[in-house]
Amino acid sequence: MAKKTKKTWDGYSLKPKREMPEGLWLKCPGCEHLIYKSSVRENLNVCPECNHHFRINAETRIKYFTDQDSFQEFLVDLKTSDPLKFKYKGTTYKKRLKESEKKTGATEAMRIGKTFVKGRPVILAVMDSTFFMGSMGAVVGEKFCVAVDKAIEESLPFVVFCCSGGARMHEGVVSLGQMAKTSAALAKFNDTGGLYIPVLTDPTTGGVTASFAMLGDVIISEPEALVGFAGPRTIRETIKIELPEGFQTAEFLLEHGFIDMIVHRKDLRSEIARLIDYCKK
Amino acid sequence: MAKERTKKNSMDESDYLDFEGKVAEIDKQMNELRRLSSAKGIDYSSEIRRLQREQTAELKKCYSNLTAWQTVQVARHQKRPLLGDYLELMVKDFRELHGDKCFGDDRAIITGLGNIGRERALIVGQSKGRNTKEKIACNFGCSKPEGYRKAISKMKLAAKFNIPVVTLIDTPGAYPGVGAEERGQAQAIAYNLTEMSHLPVPIVCIVIGEGGSGGALGIGVGDRLSMLEFSYYSVISPEGCAAILWSDGSQAETAAESLKLTSSDLCKLGLIDEVIPEPLGGAHRNIHDTVYNVEQYITKSLRELKRMKADDLIEKRYQKLRKIGSNFANGMNSRKKTGKNRIKSTNKPGRSKSNTRVTAKI
Ligand SMILES: [Zn+2]
Repeated sequence: MAKKTKKTWDGYSLKPKREMPEGLWLKCPGCEHLIYKSSVRENLNVCPECNHHFRINAETRIKYFTDQDSFQEFLVDLKTSDPLKFKYKGTTYKKRLKESEKKTGATEAMRIGKTFVKGRPVILAVMDSTFFMGSMGAVVGEKFCVAVDKAIEESLPFVVFCCSGGARMHEGVVSLGQMAKTSAALAKFNDTGGLYIPVLTDPTTGGVTASFAMLGDVIISEPEALVGFAGPRTIRETIKIELPEGFQTAEFLLEHGFIDMIVHRKDLRSEIARLIDYCKK
Repeated sequence: MAKERTKKNSMDESDYLDFEGKVAEIDKQMNELRRLSSAKGIDYSSEIRRLQREQTAELKKCYSNLTAWQTVQVARHQKRPLLGDYLELMVKDFRELHGDKCFGDDRAIITGLGNIGRERALIVGQSKGRNTKEKIACNFGCSKPEGYRKAISKMKLAAKFNIPVVTLIDTPGAYPGVGAEERGQAQAIAYNLTEMSHLPVPIVCIVIGEGGSGGALGIGVGDRLSMLEFSYYSVISPEGCAAILWSDGSQAETAAESLKLTSSDLCKLGLIDEVIPEPLGGAHRNIHDTVYNVEQYITKSLRELKRMKADDLIEKRYQKLRKIGSNFANGMNSRKKTGKNRIKSTNKPGRSKSNTRVTAKI
């Protein structure tokens, strides 16, 4: 695997710079090779040269992870009512929501539903980092809890693909409260003996990491995903020292004992199916 | 103990906030009259009383209309009562319990057993420190993972012996540092949230100063969540929010306004239970009365909560948490039905039953 030769570790940016740029070719941020876009796309959006995992939206994730056409979505039209009537910098949250909907085709930062993975029924939640950086507000929290309710009701395993910039500032303490709400739902799910598998993908930070992302029975991560509580920039500004190489990557978390396994995108289906089989009662 | 403390806190020149110019001016005049009367033996008492009344009126006017940013300044005031004041004035026979039995003893979160009024309790509080030495010792109130782990381990001890939990929240936020990340800051907070949500003893949480984001929430999940009148509770610091959404940290004042972080705004939004009143001119002007109000609130709440069976307590707490923000997440179908915040799945009409039971007004 080709390594970047950076002098100091800068952390990964939260900005979605690693989505596919326009054109036929792209320069992989992992190995800096010029590669055919189509060859990346055919390879589950993973660089064929260095295994760099590109960010993907919820739509693509569902396509990759679930058995064909098996995803039955719940609460498709759930939308936030903008509890704070949030205004900033000459614009409003409401306006930005509309723009984001138009640009991404997503209506919120999470989709939930019932689906099958290699023939095994699961309740699935997928976050979408293209919509408001995958941030968690009232809708994400509510959808998450409804998915947990479903998983309890049907005694199914619950798989969540996390990718998030954290709590959604535009909803203030309402978003902060979603951390408590989702964690409480998981306590209940745990008490009923349900299997919960969060899959951490690039990037998983802030309030999502400090709630449901870290509460899995088995916690999986994609390779090299940025996973942390505080953003790398905040930390650098606070402590004013260089961050150690590889800080806040999935590999860093594995080394420090906070995740169970790192799984390549192409193996997620089979690995999760295996875990579901192992944890059957 | 509090032998030397007078009931009202004395104000130094640096203690006046920038919106208290007139209040400071009156204090100055009164001090001058007092000096003159003792130096020259002239009786200015009626004049002083008049100024006192004027000042009271001015403080009332000021503090009944604080902006969000002014509230943040009061919440961060250098003389605002801190955890130590509450432990000293409110908790009898406090016995601190140290350490997370795993890594260390975070001084930003203090835990211990004690009596509040006639109630025994486990007190979990965030400590910011008054002077530089104290501030450094407790990392300016920014807790590390070992602090959250200490808190939950003591809460489990409390649960074992049926001791209710009282948490006093006062932190700018959880510490963002290399060590904190290495030791799992996010995991520590997440674990507390999930464990506190079903701890089988009453939990009363009070924001006494700064309620800084996840760092505050990490000890802030319970049967009651209330705030002192001029404390604040926010998903992000106004400065942080301004830096991100305005790309300009100096817009903190505007950001504070937008974030709806004051006790009255959060009460209106249904996100906190009660606003605990502060003395005239803010908690820093009268520490004793502030602590007394908090104590009254705690003993009242504990009396109510202790009557409930553990299972009912947990279920009620779960329902309370489960409803947070539900009334702000609406489906297309439900929005037409005014007054009923119901959620419906559009693509699965036959099986929407479980999706509809989830929401209700807070
Ligand atoms: Zn590559």
